[in-house]
Amino acid sequence: MEVRNLICIGCPLGCPVTVTMEGEDIQVTGNTCPRGADYARKEVLSPTRIVTSSIRVNDGVIARVSVKTKNDIPKSKIFEVMDEIRNTRVDAPVTMGQVLISDCAGTGVEIIATKSVERV
Amino acid sequence: MTHHDIVIIGGGPAGLSAAAAARKAGIQDILILERDGVLGGILNQCIHNGFGLHTFKEELTGPEYAARYIAMVEEEKIPYKLNTIVADISRDREVTYINKKEGLVTIQAGAVILAMGCRERPRGALNTPGYRPAGIYSAGTAQRLMNIEGYCVGKEVVILGSGDIGLIMARRMTLEGAKVKVVAELMPYSGGLKRNIVQCLDDYGIPLKLSHTIINIEGKERLTGITLAEVDANRNPIPGTEEHYSCDTLLLSVGLIPENELSKGAGVSMNRVTSGPNVDDRLETEAEGIYACGNVLHVHDLVDFVSQEAALAGENAAAYVKNGKAASTGRRVPLMAENGVRYTVPQVLNVDTMQDTVTVRFRVADVYKDRYIAVYYDDKLISRKKKKVLAPGEMEQVVLKKSSFADYPEIGRIKICTEVE
Amino acid sequence: MSELQYDVTIIGGGVTGAAVARELSRYQLKTCLVERAEDVCSGTSKANSAIVHAGYDAAVGSVKARFNVEGNRIMGELSRDLDFAFRRNGSLVLCFAEADRPALQALYERGVANGVPDLKIISGDEVRAMEPNVTDEVVAALYAPTGGIVCPFGLTIALAENACDNGVEFRFLTEVTDIKKIEGGYELAVRDQAAITTRYVVNAAGVYADVFHNMVCGDKIHIVPRKGDYCLLDQEAGKHVDKTIFQLPGKYGKGILVAPTIHGNLLIGPTAADIDDKEGTYTTAAELAEATKKSAISVKNIPYRQVITSFSGLRAHETHDEFIIGESADGFFDAAGIESPGLSSAPAIGIYLAELIAEKAGAEKKADFIATRKGIPHVSAMSREERAALIKERPDYGTIVCRCENVSEGEIVDSIRRTLGARSLDGIKRRVRQGMGRCQAGFCTPRTMEILCRETGIPMEKICKNQPGSEMITGEA
Repeated sequence: MEVRNLICIGCPLGCPVTVTMEGEDIQVTGNTCPRGADYARKEVLSPTRIVTSSIRVNDGVIARVSVKTKNDIPKSKIFEVMDEIRNTRVDAPVTMGQVLISDCAGTGVEIIATKSVERV
Repeated sequence: MTHHDIVIIGGGPAGLSAAAAARKAGIQDILILERDGVLGGILNQCIHNGFGLHTFKEELTGPEYAARYIAMVEEEKIPYKLNTIVADISRDREVTYINKKEGLVTIQAGAVILAMGCRERPRGALNTPGYRPAGIYSAGTAQRLMNIEGYCVGKEVVILGSGDIGLIMARRMTLEGAKVKVVAELMPYSGGLKRNIVQCLDDYGIPLKLSHTIINIEGKERLTGITLAEVDANRNPIPGTEEHYSCDTLLLSVGLIPENELSKGAGVSMNRVTSGPNVDDRLETEAEGIYACGNVLHVHDLVDFVSQEAALAGENAAAYVKNGKAASTGRRVPLMAENGVRYTVPQVLNVDTMQDTVTVRFRVADVYKDRYIAVYYDDKLISRKKKKVLAPGEMEQVVLKKSSFADYPEIGRIKICTEVE
Repeated sequence: MSELQYDVTIIGGGVTGAAVARELSRYQLKTCLVERAEDVCSGTSKANSAIVHAGYDAAVGSVKARFNVEGNRIMGELSRDLDFAFRRNGSLVLCFAEADRPALQALYERGVANGVPDLKIISGDEVRAMEPNVTDEVVAALYAPTGGIVCPFGLTIALAENACDNGVEFRFLTEVTDIKKIEGGYELAVRDQAAITTRYVVNAAGVYADVFHNMVCGDKIHIVPRKGDYCLLDQEAGKHVDKTIFQLPGKYGKGILVAPTIHGNLLIGPTAADIDDKEGTYTTAAELAEATKKSAISVKNIPYRQVITSFSGLRAHETHDEFIIGESADGFFDAAGIESPGLSSAPAIGIYLAELIAEKAGAEKKADFIATRKGIPHVSAMSREERAALIKERPDYGTIVCRCENVSEGEIVDSIRRTLGARSLDGIKRRVRQGMGRCQAGFCTPRTMEILCRETGIPMEKICKNQPGSEMITGEA
């Protein structure tokens, strides 16, 4: 039996959550909402994260557009995702929500703009 | 002199929310004055997520949260001026601003809402000894350079201060290829959200050294290294615990200070603990018609609460513009922060004319486990709520009901404090 | 034999070198000032007490006394001619014990003998009437109304700009590594550059003046860097005292001063520690604590929590405790050992050496010498009308970049575009105060970097805090 103590990162509360794993059976205690249980399960089986960064914009009123992974990606892929983001350039105008990379680092997840950038 | 019913100083999350609320309350003539070239304030550079869970039931990044409020302002056609800095506010609400197009202009405000946010405490205020090289940045400045301008400030990083900005930048720098060697924190507890310790430090194997501080800075032109030392209960360095780290960048996340130069200029009375103005439950300062909200009033952790607070300020400023000064406010009862509670906002309650409920926000002085938050009207215990954990880095609140004061006609003070079992 | 490149080469762009340059520029002499940093005012001149001493401190008949009193005398007119900030706030040397009265009296008499005007000894009560925050222990004080405070950057930069406007060539990032006597003059070896040949040399090299003197002269001098740490407090504390408050050198040793700065901050310091390292401009916890502790002896209720920064400066202390000014070898002129009262003395040293050199060279005065210089307008200190007019003419004066010190984009642009324009963030800071306020450049740094990049074409990765090696960023993210 394995017991892991985690802090749920699902929201700013940061509830301390305990995961007890016995073979296939996973029990979660300490969460104060259902998302906490989901997070804890995922975290022990296949942890994921949302990645936020910025992409260089050509001819924009500002130099970088902030971006995020539309959904969470495997934790192990974070740096690969970052590499692809770093090597990407987009042209202004950029609209908030616009897909800037369709399948980032083979995760199947889109990179979308989180702000709009007008053209100079 | 041009007159505007409500002039809002700052177009960040507080200013935007106050504007939207004031418009909703029926005021047409609103003007937002913003010193940056865009609305959104500090959220524009807070590209990480974690915003909006309370307000929108979604987890948004800073810019996305700002965009929601900017959309409200644009949709309502609330006027704003960008690249405009306010030079002075008089007690009579004459607001002087400067920009390229108009030069120096003074306008008369019916009501003023202070929403200027806060600034970062620099190395100089810590009096950290050593050289004064390039490579020392407050975390927010590094964040701006990285997220707005797109520049990397350094490659080998030490961070002092485990507040959220420091933690967020630890992750950000790591993602951009820098090596963050350590995060040092003076206090025996972290100042940031627990989730950020996980997703910013633990995820990347960045060590957190509590009860540590920097005692020396090396490097004449550009930083070359720092010396950490453990501190004792009085926060003094313990000889023999020195540890040297080579680095080219030091990020400081050592305190946010509400930016109240203008408030002081207006003669508004300031609170020694919050460094923000003293306000009543209407969020009105001691200067009539001048309201305050957001980080300029007291430093918040969650922008959702900034928006709530600012909306209240907007509503009250609107009411003031419509109805003028109330003939009588009834009893004004001070709120006292005691025994582990560092401060409350508001500091004064108009118990006869308050809304049905008032949210009193506060912070505690230390990390407490299994304590009660207690509310007293004079010596009478009114409520007691047990909290497993209380931390200085996490703002708390109690809700006071207007109806509860009916039985206390002689009430002299309200006390908010912590209690052990 | 090829002609020598310059008539005079000044080594060192601090206040002394700049003063000599300015005075030499009155004459028809081809003059060059070489400075190893990227800007003038990069050494001791930027890290000192900013005091224009009255002149009672130095020994009677000393070179220090002579140049101090003369420098003090002419500082007012110079500040008007060259447009830098200076004010005679007056100084008080506090005496804390009756037993020390003879020492106070001796200081008074020394001052009178040195020619310091209007000195008087006043009682403890008179002191406290003038300065309510002075401690209760004070029994008497020496009051010197001619003592003043100055902007050391303003003074140095004004002298340098005026020298440049009058034809002096300034060469930055030019580090002299050796001096050799050659036919008719001297050859200065320069790191990574061609050597410079010159008829005369002026040695104004601060803590390194002994190195250059000893390369040329038979008698050797020894300059010890005497480190002084300071704390600077927020402008909210700036009115805590109005006069410069000194302590009588007595049982407390050399003493710490508490003084307002010309820009409205409160300055505490300096400590005094002789070190070996000529580059040792680091503060230490012990010395900062010492400055703080000793300041409380003179002034009570100092709001130490309002510290906004601390810094360290190295005084060029020559072991004989005296300025070395004059022709030390044929055609080699020293302005060495310039520690306190160096800042106060510099204008007078400049005049003296320039006259000496001009006489030796047989040089004529220029007919078209420009005697005055207009500084950069400090927009926020202007009247509404002046300011409005200025913004109409130059809209960039209407954009505030440095919130703490109220510095506009226009002023920053001016600081870059004018004579000897800034090429680094520290250069801008010393010209227009951007970054000197309570947030210590936290807010204005990104904007100022952009402006510097835009105005000079220096790419962002090469923008420096001061010299190359102090780059602000490593590159694009």
